[in-house]
Amino acid sequence: MLVALLIIGVFVTTIGPASISIKNAFRIIASRVPRLGAKVVKDWPKSHEVIVLKVRLPRVLVGIVVGAGLSIAGVSFQGLFKNPMADPYVIGISAGASFGATLAIVLKIGSPFPGIGGVPLCAFVGALVTSFAVYNIARVGRKVPVDTLLLSGIAVGSLLSALVSLLMILNSKDLYQILYWGMGSLALANYHDLLLSIPYIVLGMTITLIYSRDLNVLMLGEEAAISLGVNVEKLKRILLIAGSLTVAAAVSVSGIIGFVGLIVPHIARLIVGPDHRILLPTATLGGAMFLVISDTVARTVAPPTEIPVGVVTAIFGAPFFLYLLRKRKQQIM
Amino acid sequence: MLHPPLKVIALALLRVSGVSFAYDHKLVLDDISFQVSSNDFIGIIGPNGSGKSTLLKNLNRILSYQEGRVELDGVELSKIPYQQLACRMAYVGQDTQVTFAFSVEDVVLMGRHPHIRRFKGEGVSDWQVVRRVMEATRIAHLASRRITELSGGERQRVLLAKALAQEPDVLLLDEPTSHLDINHQLEFFDLLQELNTQQGLTVITVLHDLNLAALYCKKLLLLDQGSIFAFGNADEVLTRENIRAVYNTDVEIYQHPVNHRPQVMLLPKQRYRKVIGAQKDPQGDCLGCQTSPGECPGP
Repeated sequence: MLVALLIIGVFVTTIGPASISIKNAFRIIASRVPRLGAKVVKDWPKSHEVIVLKVRLPRVLVGIVVGAGLSIAGVSFQGLFKNPMADPYVIGISAGASFGATLAIVLKIGSPFPGIGGVPLCAFVGALVTSFAVYNIARVGRKVPVDTLLLSGIAVGSLLSALVSLLMILNSKDLYQILYWGMGSLALANYHDLLLSIPYIVLGMTITLIYSRDLNVLMLGEEAAISLGVNVEKLKRILLIAGSLTVAAAVSVSGIIGFVGLIVPHIARLIVGPDHRILLPTATLGGAMFLVISDTVARTVAPPTEIPVGVVTAIFGAPFFLYLLRKRKQQIM
Repeated sequence: MLHPPLKVIALALLRVSGVSFAYDHKLVLDDISFQVSSNDFIGIIGPNGSGKSTLLKNLNRILSYQEGRVELDGVELSKIPYQQLACRMAYVGQDTQVTFAFSVEDVVLMGRHPHIRRFKGEGVSDWQVVRRVMEATRIAHLASRRITELSGGERQRVLLAKALAQEPDVLLLDEPTSHLDINHQLEFFDLLQELNTQQGLTVITVLHDLNLAALYCKKLLLLDQGSIFAFGNADEVLTRENIRAVYNTDVEIYQHPVNHRPQVMLLPKQRYRKVIGAQKDPQGDCLGCQTSPGECPGP
């Protein structure tokens, strides 16, 4: 699957208004790979090189990283909440990130760190602070009942969304920027933002993968998991932190892209089954491919305008989601 | 680890002292104290709401009691890490619904979870244990079926196999056969009895069915509204007086023809009460007459 991802990734850089041959695209990218580069003869137009490397490749890389991160968090949360409708934003992360980003746009918050934009930074912080708050609201002593966590996420999320809307109305000149960020796009980030977010995403993904077996056991129920030696409260905390880190970093880079974290886990589960040891890696790579393809569609379907990728994922996602619902209804009947 | 029964003075394996537990300020267990010895087979009985399931869950850290102590081999439960506890005690809960379509052998393999180190996978020895317990519970033929496709009785045996795969010293069960047919009930408990007598497994099971409890359990713990009403062997606990006090109903006790354990015979209100002696209500009226005037034989 990894190979498929790589091939698709490079192939996609060839698609677009300016036509670039596949062979050239491969060679352009290869020329940048440290040791391979010297062997490639550089005989393509400079404009092609710019397009591939500076315009399209970043999007592809962002797509891979964000798609992977959202999907793995989606699988993790769906298991944690034992709810197939759970997505990575369910504990208020998206609302928190929106709020952070909106504040940054409206108040023109710059960032103290060179190379990181103010908006991504505030989005990241907003997302993490919100999930922390949601967790603590739902906490009863040392335990966190999963239902309460969901409700707490919804409540806090609604509040923050309302505040974002309020800010949008009060600052109508920033309206378009806020809205555009909210719909998600792979063009928002530059290499710098991406590189900074990668460690968090990779960390979150690694932690989640380590606990694959525990996630499997959790599927039998919390009581059964405890009787099998799983420290359930600790596991919940770990998965929530790992997931929040991953999603916060992803969202800070690309805005809120919906449906990826919701559908990809389900598709993966339909293909490889519920064993998280296989499911998690599959969803990760599948999510990366899905987002890269969606983004390609988003920027080529209606030239010269670009549809925000969140719209494309929703157009793919909503009918599939409805289909899933119908299947469930039929099973219950 | 399972070991053959030893003829030594039984030391307390599990000691419960003064345990009280409340859900959200509602007291469910009140000052519970008793001891379980190695190789015991104990049945926890009592009316609905008497705290049976709650007591069971307090024995393996699913619930945490607020007062008192539960000690396993002298060590207080909360001081034993979950993983270590799971290598000594296994639990089969009441709720057998599994919503994710794992295969039967995957579910049983989960019983090995406490024994498998985090960064290693399962090994050959783990699969050997899985095969062994699946044969003991007679589900080997279901190995690759999805657990969501099985019947209630089959699912119950899979969950038992999973618990046995933990290779525990103590097995806790919460009403394991309430929804099963009588043949499967007997099969299940015959298997438990075999494990108890031949492999030294200590069994503590919550049971709704008094007769089943009396047939198989060496000792009975009768709970009434969160307190221990009686604890002892079946003859001591299953008496007319105890049942009248706890269940508020009249029964007759007879001896099982084969193993002489006490068995409860139900007495429907009409027709049978006056055979043993009609109850009189506070006014001195014969209750038998009030229910079926045409059949009263006289005061």
